[in-house]
Amino acid sequence: VATTARSWQAAATQPSWLVRLFDYKPFLIVICMLPCIGLLVVFLTYPLGLGIWLAFTDARIGTSGEYIGLWNYRFLFGDPIFWLAVGYTLLYTVVATVGKFALGLWLALILNNYIPFKSFVRAIVLVPWIVPTVLSAIAFWWIYDPQFSIISYVLVDLLGWRETYIDFLGTPWNARFSLIAANIWRGIPFVAICLLAGLQTISPSLYEAAMIDGASAWRRFLHITLPMLLPILAVVLTFSVIFTFTDFQLVYAITRGGPVNSTHLMATLAFQRGISGGQLGEGAAIAVAMIPFLVGATVFSYFALANRKWQQGGRDD
Amino acid sequence: MTDSATVDRRRFDEEASAAPVVAPERQGVIAWESLPRRMVTVYLPLACFIVVLLFPFYWMAITAIKSNEELYDYKNHNPFWVSSPTLDNVKKLLFETNYPEWLTVTMTVAIVSTLISIFASVLAAYAIQRLKFKGSPYVGLGIYLAYLVPPSILFIPLATMVFQLRLYDSPLALILTYPTFLVPFCTWLLIGYFKSIPYELEECALIDGATRLQILWRITLPLAVPGLISAGIFAFTLSWNEFIYALAFIQSEENKTVPVAILTELVEGDVYHWGSLMTGALLGSIPVALFYSFFVEYYVSSLTGAVKE
Repeated sequence: VATTARSWQAAATQPSWLVRLFDYKPFLIVICMLPCIGLLVVFLTYPLGLGIWLAFTDARIGTSGEYIGLWNYRFLFGDPIFWLAVGYTLLYTVVATVGKFALGLWLALILNNYIPFKSFVRAIVLVPWIVPTVLSAIAFWWIYDPQFSIISYVLVDLLGWRETYIDFLGTPWNARFSLIAANIWRGIPFVAICLLAGLQTISPSLYEAAMIDGASAWRRFLHITLPMLLPILAVVLTFSVIFTFTDFQLVYAITRGGPVNSTHLMATLAFQRGISGGQLGEGAAIAVAMIPFLVGATVFSYFALANRKWQQGGRDD
Repeated sequence: MTDSATVDRRRFDEEASAAPVVAPERQGVIAWESLPRRMVTVYLPLACFIVVLLFPFYWMAITAIKSNEELYDYKNHNPFWVSSPTLDNVKKLLFETNYPEWLTVTMTVAIVSTLISIFASVLAAYAIQRLKFKGSPYVGLGIYLAYLVPPSILFIPLATMVFQLRLYDSPLALILTYPTFLVPFCTWLLIGYFKSIPYELEECALIDGATRLQILWRITLPLAVPGLISAGIFAFTLSWNEFIYALAFIQSEENKTVPVAILTELVEGDVYHWGSLMTGALLGSIPVALFYSFFVEYYVSSLTGAVKE
């Protein structure tokens, strides 16, 4: 009886080789990582390398191109439109980021108060971020229409503050700032909701202690809210800077770089030269020229702000 | 499942109830914050923010249902209101353009690429967070960095790849490229979510003789359902809103996605038909807005959770 029991047990606990293979940890790790790593290597890492290679070739649509060294960059450095795009991209990133963070932080501070229908308000606030950017950009295009702009209508016909309708997209500087305003509008919800999450983790007792010590609202903001918010601010800032710098949709939808190339971002210029114009090599060179800015911005905003995390004794992971 | 649901609900509740719980204390401390003062510091700016943030949508909607004579005549009609609403623009968009086809393509692309991304992300997140191998933190960091690579840099080399693979002008090109930005985000989100599931549950199952895959399938995944929903919603909206790849890789009209088609197909020459453009923008936004409204809590929690991680 004892022997039969033992043999039965052995048979029952001995799973098939397939099951054992899938329970073998190294094999399982490889299998689990394969889809993710495979997708990312084929469609992200390889194109990134290919893009850098293309920047040094004269590839066009349909031909693979030959290595021509730094010729693309020599051409671009002598091209005033390229420098105009670089300049506007920097201006766009800096002004829009400052605007988004100033207004987003303000909105987050407001939402952190006791408000009726709080979750409903929070849901409403996120809507500009949910809707496809191109579609809200079309709405802005209509709002900025030279003849039928509703903003001009309010300023001229209702309030009488101006004599003439504003030509929002017709002159370079108007167009530049109109685009920045649209970008800020779209970015506020993301910043506000992320910072609100950060604000809610700050313990109210800190504010009480500060108030007992007689700190004014401004000093409470400066010495409690801001330092406590810095780690999350750093992450959101990194994201915001990267995605503002490489923005494409808003500009492409509203002005396509015009008037007279004054509102080209580096991404839209790369698209115009690379895809519409067919000069893949030149487009890739413009796109690759964004990488140093991105790395710089990431390193700066991450390390300049995120080291606070260690100072507070938090784990940096 | 019940465990995760309660854990998760508690998380939501904390977030949602933070204000009412804090409020009495704060009101006690800030006793001099009277109602008129609160009006000026809280409600008035909040109202301004909401008006500014929502106005473009109101303007979109009101333009969509205006007739042409009303649309271009501000002298006789108040532009903020519509006196004789019409559905002509909607009818035109639905029956005289390929809008239904664009919608089908966008839906298909969004759903399939979301499913692929979730599949890849779940396995990767499980391996990184639970199977803990040598170097798994670095793989996690690499995936995080992959999310920071913007599509604006990748679209040109991807376009050459799409040409070479003979996928140009096919929705398959979009299905294969969208996971490049969906997988890093979903993996990142799910790593955070798996972290919140007690490891002891898995240990128990391991002792009871379950295999690793059984544990993933029977224990971890059911507990991670809220996280999966968050990741799925996010991936779906991100692929719905994607623009640059769809613009670069698709040429024929019937294969375009909704955002691209509305921008490129409804603009005819120099004459802009604002009524139909706004209708297109509105109808293109409604599906994703509806989807969002059903899952708004998941959405907010995953957005903030991912940033906090």
